Amino acid sequence: MTFTPTELEVEGAAGGEAGRDGAPAAPPASGRRLARAFLRDRAAVACGVYILLIILMAVAAPLLVKISGYGPLEFDQDAVDPNLGGIPLGAAGGMGADHWFGVEPGNGRDLFARIVYGARVSMLIAISATLLTTFLGVVFGLIAGYFGGRVDMVISRVMEFLMAFPALIFMIAVLSALPAENRQFLLVLVISFFGWPYLARIVRGQTMSLKEREFVEAAKASGATSAQIIFKEILPNLASTIIVMTTLAVPGYVGTEAGLSFLGVGVVPPTPSWGQMIASSVPWYAVDPAYFLIPGAFLFLLVLSFTVLGDRIRRLLGEGMA
Amino acid sequence: MTISDTLLRVRMLTVGFPNIHGPNEVVKSLDFDVARGGALGIVGESGSGKSMTSLAVMGLLPKGAKRTGSIEFDGTELTALPERAMRSVRGDRIAMIFQDPLSSLNPYYTVGTQIMEAYRSHRTGVTRRQARNVAIEAMERVHISDAARRVDHYPHQFSGGMRQRVMIAMTLSMEPELIIADEPTTALDVTVQAQILDLLAEIRADTGAGLILITHDLAVVSEVTDHIVVMRDGDLVEQGPAERIFTDPQEPYTRMLLDAVPRIDDEIGLLRTVSTEEGR
Amino acid sequence: MIPLRFVANRVLGMIIVLFLVCLFTFVIFFVLSPDPAVQICGKNCTPEAIDQIRANLGIDQPFWTQFGTFLAGLFAGRTYGTGPNAIDCAAPCLGYSFQSSQAVTDMIVQRLPVSATVAVGAAVLWLLAGVAGGLLSAVKEGRFADRFIAGLTLTGMSIPNYVLALSLQFLLVVTLGWLPFPQAVAFSDDPFQWFQNFLMPWIVLAIGMAAVYTRLTRANVIETLQENYVRTARAKGLSPGLVWRRHALRPALTPIVTIFGMDFAGLLGGALITETVFGLNGIGKMAADSITKNDQPVIMGVTLLAAFLVVIGNMVVDLLYTAIDPRVRVGSSA
Repeated sequence: MTFTPTELEVEGAAGGEAGRDGAPAAPPASGRRLARAFLRDRAAVACGVYILLIILMAVAAPLLVKISGYGPLEFDQDAVDPNLGGIPLGAAGGMGADHWFGVEPGNGRDLFARIVYGARVSMLIAISATLLTTFLGVVFGLIAGYFGGRVDMVISRVMEFLMAFPALIFMIAVLSALPAENRQFLLVLVISFFGWPYLARIVRGQTMSLKEREFVEAAKASGATSAQIIFKEILPNLASTIIVMTTLAVPGYVGTEAGLSFLGVGVVPPTPSWGQMIASSVPWYAVDPAYFLIPGAFLFLLVLSFTVLGDRIRRLLGEGMA
Repeated sequence: MTISDTLLRVRMLTVGFPNIHGPNEVVKSLDFDVARGGALGIVGESGSGKSMTSLAVMGLLPKGAKRTGSIEFDGTELTALPERAMRSVRGDRIAMIFQDPLSSLNPYYTVGTQIMEAYRSHRTGVTRRQARNVAIEAMERVHISDAARRVDHYPHQFSGGMRQRVMIAMTLSMEPELIIADEPTTALDVTVQAQILDLLAEIRADTGAGLILITHDLAVVSEVTDHIVVMRDGDLVEQGPAERIFTDPQEPYTRMLLDAVPRIDDEIGLLRTVSTEEGR
Repeated sequence: MIPLRFVANRVLGMIIVLFLVCLFTFVIFFVLSPDPAVQICGKNCTPEAIDQIRANLGIDQPFWTQFGTFLAGLFAGRTYGTGPNAIDCAAPCLGYSFQSSQAVTDMIVQRLPVSATVAVGAAVLWLLAGVAGGLLSAVKEGRFADRFIAGLTLTGMSIPNYVLALSLQFLLVVTLGWLPFPQAVAFSDDPFQWFQNFLMPWIVLAIGMAAVYTRLTRANVIETLQENYVRTARAKGLSPGLVWRRHALRPALTPIVTIFGMDFAGLLGGALITETVFGLNGIGKMAADSITKNDQPVIMGVTLLAAFLVVIGNMVVDLLYTAIDPRVRVGSSA
């Protein structure tokens, strides 16, 4: 379920009912106070630290691989047992001083290197997709909410149509029909294409209610242009909503990328991605559980961290709004 | 006033929401009485603790609230009653009308169902048909026309004033000895407000039930009550017969509240009181 | 009770959406993707053979003609090829698999029972677990049970279902030997084995949803308990049980019923992974297999089926909503 946007939608709706929808308040008064409250929350800090570590790992991948000694595409036939069909030698999937996380059964590729490079791919796709979705969602939501009328009708219809789609199946259909080149780029496009309406719908609703508020009326009366009103008056008031929705979108997209790669329409081998590593571990899971447990744990913890973080940020900002 | 004449006797009522900063009291050592068939007005601005007072009497204080003092209803100490016994008092002998009739009625059930359910849960061996007739009768008594048909309508199909009539019908069906109305007219249009107040006065006259009318608006109490308690920040400012409070307020705060009442409204109020007296 | 015009509007909207879905899917598969004739023809291929296949499949025609034939095939069936080699494909015709040459419609129908079993079981599980967990959480708000459940739901929402599937299978089947490797045992053959075999797929498919429903139920119940009408119900002297059942649960659970309809209709996406990991031969696994083999008619058939289910689910939910929420009912006002 981690990879369908419906969850996000449900989250959004639930959050909206809790009071974000009706009265979008001014931006939180004190950033420092929020930061302090955040740092007091041990779970949130742990999650933040884990995410930072993964990002750091992704950025420093080439360096880390140099230290560990094996590249992500390097075969190491000495680490596997050809007599047993290529099961890694040694306990726990061949973990040891040589291969920190063990090796891939069959060809002996270093799991640490693949995890590190996989983090690169996963984070790059998830973050790019989030940025693109946020951009599209905010732009279309603002346009629909601010201008209303026919523009709003067209955008709303398109959003309804896209949200009525079984997104995962359609992503699979589109990706399986498209050529395999530039897969990572296509993944970002396809995920964003189906993802933006969930944010746009909320931005639209808030813009519509903000538009009626006194400060917007005042700006209008003093002769501000639409662009000035949108960027100076409305957008800053949407900031906390956008932050919350974005943090909650990232884990969804990490999961989506992994799920699509797991199904074979995502990142193309030999480029490693966590989902795709887990997919290739399926035939081996009974004899070499470490092969799926390691990427599985990394993926699970990343999604969990983002989810918890998004949750906490929402609660903090929600309190700040009150 | 002898005990038997007193329907409700509240002594040293204190309600607080204790937290780390202290007891955080919203009602402080309040004393008042409601006579049998009498009408008491509790007046104060929002935050004066008047609503908490009524919820304290009903035993419906929100979680975390602490209630001390004595609430004696018809000779029974309510604060000592177990929850189960309190439940049989609630709705049946003391009924309550709330401020916003739309949100106080459940949108998922017909008004008939909502009037009937109290009756059926307090009276054993009532058939559906009997309860329905009680509901229709109660709706007729609050002057909802075509009650036999409208009993099957949902709250959203009624106007604001009509919804408040439904709320009153709900309390009436039980023939309570005490009705607590918490800002019953605040959410309504001015013209409708007067009708609802008339209705309350009429019902009190018909049934002989005691009434506590809670409001921020002195003009409202002037029409229906005979005794007034003025509250501010949880404290009792002044209490006395309605007439005296109006003609000879002792406290500056009461005078201030009185000055806030539009003159003309006051006169209409007085006229109306007279006319209901005549109507008796 | 439900006004006819409302239904008519919904049906019309549904037809438009389905038409667009067909068009969209058709564009993807017949414009963007590589020529299927080349793929079918194989290695020893002549240009004539390719032309012959093209003519048989009807893909030598212009786009709109092809699309028209495709739509006609859905409603009235179509005929591939001409003369003695012609093949009749009865409505609803979704074409033939490039791999097995079976009719896609037949392939779907054959695999429906397994997928339905997985989906219905999972739906029952997540609804029960979600509502029960949410209620418990709401009752114990802020207490240990609430926090414990909150932790569980975060975990459930975050664990990718294939990771959970592999972990469960490794733990319960390989290591402990408590459950068999899932196989599609019919309920009528052996109810106990049926249950044992489908238990893991149900859990895996249900867990994410169960987590979301738990949070939703909790939030709704807590919010409803603060409603004024709940206070009214208490003021009427109703018993706590009655207040809960009648005045808190119904308003709190109504939105969940409606979302449930849509989530159930959208289950095919999740079934794809669950069925594949457990090797259950349902529609999801068929779709996953056809992706690796690039069997376009099958992918397209499943995509259309999924869209159809979601659109139908949407409509059912809308109609259901008017039936259970009196405020939405139109035209019954005095």
